[in-house]
Amino acid sequence: MEEILARARKQAEEAEVFMVSSEETPVEFEANRLKHIQSKQSSIISLRVVKNGRIGFGTTTSLADVDGLVESALATAEFGSPVRFTFPSFTEFPPVDVFDPACDQVTLEQMTELGQQMIDAVTAHTPGIVCEAGITKSTTRISLINSQGGQASYRQSGFSLGLEGQLTQGTDMLFVFEGQSSCRPILTADTVTSPVIRQLEMAREHAAIITGTMPVIFTPMGIATTLAGPIMSAFNGKNVLEGASPIGEKVGERIFDARLSLSDDPTIPFRPGSGPCDDEGIPTRPKKLIDQGKVCGFLYDLQTAGLAGTESTGNGSRHGGGIPSPSPGLLVVQPGGVSFEDMVADIKEGLVVERVMGATQGNVLGGDFSGNVLLGFKIENGRIVGRVKDTMVSGNVFDILGNLAAIGSDARWTGGLLNTPSLCCAHVSVASK
Amino acid sequence: MTDIDAASHQLTQALKGTSADYLEARLIEGRSSNIAFRGKELDSIGKTTSIGGCIRALVNGGWGFVSFNDFADLEDKVDQAVRQARFVGGGTSQLAEVPTVVETVPVEMVEDPGNISLADKKRLLDEYNDIIWGVAGIRTSNVGYADSQRRTIFLNSAGSRTEQQRCDVIMRITAIAASGSDVQQAGISVGGKNNYGVVRGLHAEVEQLAKKAVGFLSAPKVKGGEYTVVLDPVLAGVFVHEAFGHLSEADFVYENDQVRELMTLGKVFGGPHLNIVDSPIMPGLRGSYEYDDEGVAGDKNYLIREGKLVGRLHSRETAAKMGEKPTGNARSIGYRHPPIVRMSNTYIEPGTATFEDIIGDIKEGVYARNWYGGQTSMEMFTFSSGETYMIRNGKIAEMVRPVVLSGNVFNTLQNIDAIGNDLDMNQGGGCGKGGQAPLAVSNGSPHIRIRQCLVGGS
Repeated sequence: MEEILARARKQAEEAEVFMVSSEETPVEFEANRLKHIQSKQSSIISLRVVKNGRIGFGTTTSLADVDGLVESALATAEFGSPVRFTFPSFTEFPPVDVFDPACDQVTLEQMTELGQQMIDAVTAHTPGIVCEAGITKSTTRISLINSQGGQASYRQSGFSLGLEGQLTQGTDMLFVFEGQSSCRPILTADTVTSPVIRQLEMAREHAAIITGTMPVIFTPMGIATTLAGPIMSAFNGKNVLEGASPIGEKVGERIFDARLSLSDDPTIPFRPGSGPCDDEGIPTRPKKLIDQGKVCGFLYDLQTAGLAGTESTGNGSRHGGGIPSPSPGLLVVQPGGVSFEDMVADIKEGLVVERVMGATQGNVLGGDFSGNVLLGFKIENGRIVGRVKDTMVSGNVFDILGNLAAIGSDARWTGGLLNTPSLCCAHVSVASK
Repeated sequence: MTDIDAASHQLTQALKGTSADYLEARLIEGRSSNIAFRGKELDSIGKTTSIGGCIRALVNGGWGFVSFNDFADLEDKVDQAVRQARFVGGGTSQLAEVPTVVETVPVEMVEDPGNISLADKKRLLDEYNDIIWGVAGIRTSNVGYADSQRRTIFLNSAGSRTEQQRCDVIMRITAIAASGSDVQQAGISVGGKNNYGVVRGLHAEVEQLAKKAVGFLSAPKVKGGEYTVVLDPVLAGVFVHEAFGHLSEADFVYENDQVRELMTLGKVFGGPHLNIVDSPIMPGLRGSYEYDDEGVAGDKNYLIREGKLVGRLHSRETAAKMGEKPTGNARSIGYRHPPIVRMSNTYIEPGTATFEDIIGDIKEGVYARNWYGGQTSMEMFTFSSGETYMIRNGKIAEMVRPVVLSGNVFNTLQNIDAIGNDLDMNQGGGCGKGGQAPLAVSNGSPHIRIRQCLVGGS
């Protein structure tokens, strides 16, 4: 890396080398049986340069290809954007633990056993269900150096469990899912199987729902698959800078329900998405995005912050090895005081949305969502009566989060990057056959 | 720098001397360039090079897979894949017989983006971006262009060795209009294989696009519910890909007894006018290839003929386990992933109806054009339009905001009651499955009419 930096600096004013290398071992079950073990080694090196005040960028997978990498970055700098930041100099980072050597010590036998336990639990509950399960461990090394003396280097471990079950009866297909990930080993199959079994219980019967506007409870996974996309888009500093965020000019205004608070906190230990610094070497820190309904601020990387006349929030993310762009680390919605059961009990006729398919294929920038309820349950007189089908749910997140019926006390991690309770929205458009 | 040709020679030997039932390797080198504008400013420009490989082993029905960027100790990587496969295996390996092939497929380059300078590419994007900004009411724009060239060497333990090259060009242009906090967007995607020309000459379309985004601000939303829906060839292509294409992928079927029964060949899915095809051998499309990532030659494959299920898409394993012929549909997005069953170029064959025939007797309906996205869970699917109009009394009426449509495969295909005569293939999309996205596919259709289609709305 030092050599690449030195070579780049001969022809450019500033330079930065970022390298991420990882080893990943996924163990996969298909159709209830162990099917596939993989081992994936990958490395990517990216070089960002500033030449004549413009940014150039290149990546390669091979450390042996220094010449090609430097040439790519310099060639693109001729046309690149004018630089609006300086690379960070040497900084002390907050101690954020994201490496647990225990992950790598989990054996293939243990991983296989976990998979078998997940499948046994679900097939015992619902005979005839066909499951895919995955157990993955990983180690990632992230390093960065720049021409201002800035540097960062840390390791992150990863462990994840996931299960998808599918039950086909005639032409009816039911899908149930759960996945959890952490930087520490997850060695209990019921972390995943309990939520799956709960979904199967609620889906036992079918229920018809009629087209109309009704109260809808979005569960944590319902929020992740429906509302999270438009919200993240609205808090992205790039969209704000371009005037493409509906809330870009609303800092300090209360546009969400006064009980709703959302923060981005990539300093939570042992979470995927956490780390001591972002992918540009800026220390991570917790930030309020929504405080009691008020918009507090947006997420920035170095260049976007420079253009917007503000500071990076430590949210420069490279998604592998690409050019940094603003991205949340870990989103946390403050839980409320109402249990899921009480929320359901308060609804005469409504819908629980657990998973929506295709919700973010509309006008996400504008806050719209519209999708097919892949897994959702009808509420009648305060009780869940069964699964709905052929049903769509649509709306605009800024409309429906402006006035919430209730905020749940059931906060949990959905997959890796979002922790939220269930949210009950009073008036949501539902269309059904 | 590592050389995939040298590595392939080293591996040819290593693949032979093991106790695995089957072994294969893919070695891939690639380079790409990308340019993106956000708003009036260039957002990013970059060049990448990559080189990597993978080895896949089958022992007693279990699979092992090792992928790498580091080309040291290739023999050890072969051993590791075999050890993993042996750990998994507890049954019998089944792979459909296919011919051993040794071939270097010639490249049919129409216009190599590698011969176009970055300056010229950027100039073209500047032109498109300037057109968007010339339209009143535009808040911002996104223009993204990428080209990638890739050479793949495939080897297996039966002695096959194929070498294929391809070059993909894709561009997505989005115009964003806003009024207060109401933000609306309109976009187009274009793509091509071995042809830079597909991104040229779109000036008039880009201007239309920007005007549409502004128009959406004052357009009403459709009221949610069931409508008679007419889809243009682009959106109908996305529909056939999502609504039926994925269900015809045999990896969803072969180990699931209930689904196998549901998908018995001969089952009626639609009217006798409905024919659905997947064909990787249509010349020059993004989903086209000679050999798939298991070294199996692709071929034209009817999935639905005269409304009945007549075929499906296979890998060598799914074909063997279902006792059907392999179709050459095992594809991977790159060396980091094993091949899985995928579509290539998927389309509804044209019928005889004119556009006037199709809309003529619709009292109130929705005409949905262009695509934004699509997704399926096999039984249920959704897809979204880029542009939408109401149909009233047999005529195209007012523009409404883009819609998300949804259906259920077991009745929506039956509800197609008119198929146009104007087949067109859409090259702008990419497909995602099993964590592998985007895979180059194309899809197409003539205009089609669907009765009782569910539309999301206010």
